[in-house]
Amino acid sequence: MRKFIIRRIAYLLLTYWAFITVLFVIFRMTPGDPTTMYVVEGMTEAERQATLERYGLTDPLHIQYLNYVGDLLRGDLGFSYRYNTSVASILIIKFWNTIFLMATSLLIAYSIGILFGAYLGWVRGTAKEKGGLLLALIFRSSPEFWIGIVLLSVFVFRLGWFPWGGIRAIGAEAPVGFTSRYFNREFAYHLFLPALTGAIYYMAQPILLMRSSMISVLNSDFIEIKKAEGLSPTRIVYKHAARNSMLPMATVIALVAGMSIGGSLVIETVFSWPGMGREMVESVHHNDYPMAMGAFFLMGTVVIFMNFLADIAYVYLDPRVRYD
Amino acid sequence: MSVRDKLSAIGETMAIGDSESSTEGSRIRETIDAIIRVFRGERMAQIGGVILLSFILVGLFAPMLAPYDPGEMNRGEDGELLRLDAPSQDHPFGTTNLGRDILSQVMYGARVSLIVGLAAAFVSTVIGTNVALIAGYYGGTVDNILMRLVDIAYGLPFLPFVIALVFIFGSSLWNIIFVISLLMWRSSARVIRSEVLSQKGRPYIESADAIGASNLRKMYIHILPNVLPLMVLYMAFGVAWAVIYEASIAFLGFGDPSMYSWGTIMFEAYSTGAIRFAYWWVIPPGVCIMLFVMSVFFIGRSLEKITNPDLRH
Repeated sequence: MRKFIIRRIAYLLLTYWAFITVLFVIFRMTPGDPTTMYVVEGMTEAERQATLERYGLTDPLHIQYLNYVGDLLRGDLGFSYRYNTSVASILIIKFWNTIFLMATSLLIAYSIGILFGAYLGWVRGTAKEKGGLLLALIFRSSPEFWIGIVLLSVFVFRLGWFPWGGIRAIGAEAPVGFTSRYFNREFAYHLFLPALTGAIYYMAQPILLMRSSMISVLNSDFIEIKKAEGLSPTRIVYKHAARNSMLPMATVIALVAGMSIGGSLVIETVFSWPGMGREMVESVHHNDYPMAMGAFFLMGTVVIFMNFLADIAYVYLDPRVRYD
Repeated sequence: MSVRDKLSAIGETMAIGDSESSTEGSRIRETIDAIIRVFRGERMAQIGGVILLSFILVGLFAPMLAPYDPGEMNRGEDGELLRLDAPSQDHPFGTTNLGRDILSQVMYGARVSLIVGLAAAFVSTVIGTNVALIAGYYGGTVDNILMRLVDIAYGLPFLPFVIALVFIFGSSLWNIIFVISLLMWRSSARVIRSEVLSQKGRPYIESADAIGASNLRKMYIHILPNVLPLMVLYMAFGVAWAVIYEASIAFLGFGDPSMYSWGTIMFEAYSTGAIRFAYWWVIPPGVCIMLFVMSVFFIGRSLEKITNPDLRH
């Protein structure tokens, strides 16, 4: 077990290094630099050179690479051309905005999905199960932006129940503290629709997975005994069978949590949610590469870390797995 | 051993079925028989097949079927541009803010989804299967290196990565296909590798060894037919994912500007603010994406029952 974890950590470091290198290469290949937008506005060649030098963009590539890795190790994400301030100071808030959005989505998706999937496993072979499966497959087939636009049209433009987007009322001052920023009614009110969008999209997986693992558990002998004991179906399903079907779920949650970070940028775009994903897309459009790289770096960090957790949880939770 | 080895494409079960192996020649025929069996007695697969077939036909014959040119700015009888015209007899799905016929755009959109879906699924599954065969067959260091590559591919957040690359290479249809395939091979590589590992230990490989079959022969003539069902399964789900990814890329404004993809149509509806009232501009492309992906999932689910007998209850 210990050897396994040590090896996993070594792989983690390797993956992380490769990720940072890929990130560096991608953004050095992108067309344009911070001056591109200003050259058309009459920036002279000398001014341009001076700007490039200030950002260290005239150094040879390998020096730039070493500087980049060194800065990352010190926790320095660079300086944003567009905001004219450090990338980290902008991203720290957007990072938490994204995390809160996706965590709420997944929480809703997995709590409803697990219960509903367990129910489908229990009623297998009936028309109810067919209907439930169909619903799950419809959810699975709808891209996030389509779900978001449907919710937006119905609940915002028709019924006017929710705000059209953003994170707080227009013009409202952002509360200062971390807890006062995220734990208030205004935030929850704005969070509802985007979180529901993600929840619908991510709900299919727990439903399908829970259903099939329920079916194999329900075929086992101890369920027959519980039935013979005269327990109510609800008790058998949710207290005994569901508990034994939860194992695969733990690792899947970690994997999906990582993936959902990358997918969040679509929801963020639909609901104008000021998160990392949307920031990355906008920064790419504006040639603000340090900002785009910073957002990309944070998203990749979450993905890699969650994959690592999933692998560890997998062997830890299931003693039958061999460590190789 | 990692979690993803055991996660099926649709995320339905943790167990990958152990299919019975037989001689390689009959194996290919069995696979074809199996594909026919997918549709027999499977209502879902049949419905999926019909939907998919209709999209293929619409896509193929779009220039003949579409009532207007998708880029044409239509004018009403009074010569005024038909801006955001609600559905009518002339324009069953209404028009865009520039007076373009939405039904025609949606018909042409089927082409983009078909091309991207099929091409990206094919390329990524072929790459994935080859990586799997080489890694699983040779084992040791080769396996280790290739599996670390898979880890790295899994460490990259999909959409952000794809968008950055599309931005660099330019948003042409082929670049989008290339970039999606560049990451999507990872899932088939991982799962098919586990299957190759289990095939490698079987007696038929031992007997191939005894006759002195070459490595390539064992990999591609003996093992490949046995992992073919899994490969077909991943290709089917690959089509579904690729279509969703393409639509998302286009919705974010990075789609091929010269083509009418369903995602692009929704991007235009969203960015012009027309989603506030112009339901006719939003519903057709959205429902098309949903139906297209669903039809592939329906077929894939029935395929999965054959690859994975555990699901047959």
